[in-house]
Amino acid sequence: MSARRRLSLGERLVIAAPYLWIGAFFLAPMALIAKISVSQSVLARPPYRPIFEPSDSLAAIWAKAQTFTFDAYRALVSDTLYLESYLSSLTIAAISTLITLIIAYPFALAMARAPERLRPLLIGLAAAPFWTSFLIRVYAWIALLKDEGLINNALMALGLITAPLQMFATTGAVVVGIVYSYLPFMLLPLYAALERQDPSLREAAADLGASPAQVFLRVTLPLSREGVVAGALLVFIPAVGEFVIPDLLGGSETLMIGRTLWNDFFSNHDWPAASAAAIVLVAVLMIPLLLWERARLADEDDAR
Amino acid sequence: MSAAVSWARRATLLIGFIFLYAPIVILAVMSFNASRLVSVWGGFSTKWYAALLENEQLLHSAKISLAAALTSATISTLLGLLAAISLTRFGRFRTRFLLFGAVHAPLVLPEVVLGLALLTCFVAFGVGRGFITLVIGHVTLTMCFTTVAILAALRDSDPALEEAAMDLGATPFGAFVRVALPQIAPAIVTAYLLAFTLSLDDLVIASFATGPGATTLPMRIYSQVRLGVSPQINAISTLLLALVAVALGLAALVSSSRARRDGQVVTSLARAPDNAS
Repeated sequence: MSARRRLSLGERLVIAAPYLWIGAFFLAPMALIAKISVSQSVLARPPYRPIFEPSDSLAAIWAKAQTFTFDAYRALVSDTLYLESYLSSLTIAAISTLITLIIAYPFALAMARAPERLRPLLIGLAAAPFWTSFLIRVYAWIALLKDEGLINNALMALGLITAPLQMFATTGAVVVGIVYSYLPFMLLPLYAALERQDPSLREAAADLGASPAQVFLRVTLPLSREGVVAGALLVFIPAVGEFVIPDLLGGSETLMIGRTLWNDFFSNHDWPAASAAAIVLVAVLMIPLLLWERARLADEDDAR
Repeated sequence: MSAAVSWARRATLLIGFIFLYAPIVILAVMSFNASRLVSVWGGFSTKWYAALLENEQLLHSAKISLAAALTSATISTLLGLLAAISLTRFGRFRTRFLLFGAVHAPLVLPEVVLGLALLTCFVAFGVGRGFITLVIGHVTLTMCFTTVAILAALRDSDPALEEAAMDLGATPFGAFVRVALPQIAPAIVTAYLLAFTLSLDDLVIASFATGPGATTLPMRIYSQVRLGVSPQINAISTLLLALVAVALGLAALVSSSRARRDGQVVTSLARAPDNAS
């Protein structure tokens, strides 16, 4: 490992700008909600105590710090609403990730095996929806899924059903919304992993007598593992904390932590509870990332 | 390759793209529906677009959203460029890991958590919420994306070219501006467009960070959508989709001129000594 270097004045100035911004508007706010999560909820503005003042003496700060409490965290464990929200968020995100993978894999494979001159166009078309408004894409599904919406009308016109299916305002609609919105996030890493593969490996396997199914299961699929993991994380992590999709497409029984947090914060004004829930959510999301990072580092060590 | 496999692939692509695009296309088509009902085609009409022009609230919000997107994307791209330079050109300095982590963290942080943290911070320090806090929120949200986009390009550009320019007498700043910058220009444009569209689209951070005077377009759309499908929302959505299509077209043009830009690097190198003297 090379020696750490000291930075020149000019370099320090270049670093200072992003550091100051992140410090003031990301690290400080995160530290603040960590503090609020151990504060007491009160009916005041801001709705928590204690509040530190710049004029506080050390003794005053110490006295105020004595009032810190883990009540909000205890409430999280005993409050079934939060527990259920976490569990149901994780379940919905996991199911949606799996369905996204099942849809995206053949799609990405077909793009990766398309004629080379067509690939930039195909990948552009697959990535383009990512640039369009998320809110609008979710909104588009309301018109499709509603009782008097296009899918129900089409099915009834075909005589397949006699009464409209309840699709809108269900957990199933939330899954459809997540799969649709996050499909590009799964497609791009999968495509990248599949396109990189050397076709001669598949030919070699076929020459040695492997059936097309065996070639897929023992060559293509294992070699695309990195893309599968990256795509799954890119879908799973934002899906867990999703607010817009469950709020617009889900029913009142669809519990997701992003929505519960939002309601607790805006409707109940229980800032310590919402802050504690946010801190726990961040901790939960860090687990898969840390595992991934560890696996990646292990792979790199193997490669050396 | 057998014909059956090739047909299966074509069918997969077709179904995949229909799934991706059909909802958007249906939404756009419905914005020209004369009938207020989603499921009934009442003939072609542009009356919902005309109605938009009279919807002062919506127009005001659209202006706020555009202004916030332009401002926040500019700041965010600059900060992202500085962060990316720090991470690629300054070697292993002491707090590199901290900067790397802090820059990437908002990428995986749920927007609800970031919004909540920003709002509590503004309240705790008595900052009145409005346009400025909205821009602050959006810069914080988009900066990680601009950093990642520019970082990738800077990693690909060979530092040896800059070193060569410096050996020929260019200052580090001059070498960066004339050698690295032209190479990463497409990535900077991409970063800017990414930050711009993310800001224009954001509902969650805006709901936390903005104040009564600065309601953004997605916030208006969201409150309308909660009341049900409305043809006016279809119309404004279609306009936004068209805007994105134009932006993507521009981005494609930029990337197709990339080959030409690569040629310029050589010329820049040749000119670098003049710069120093």
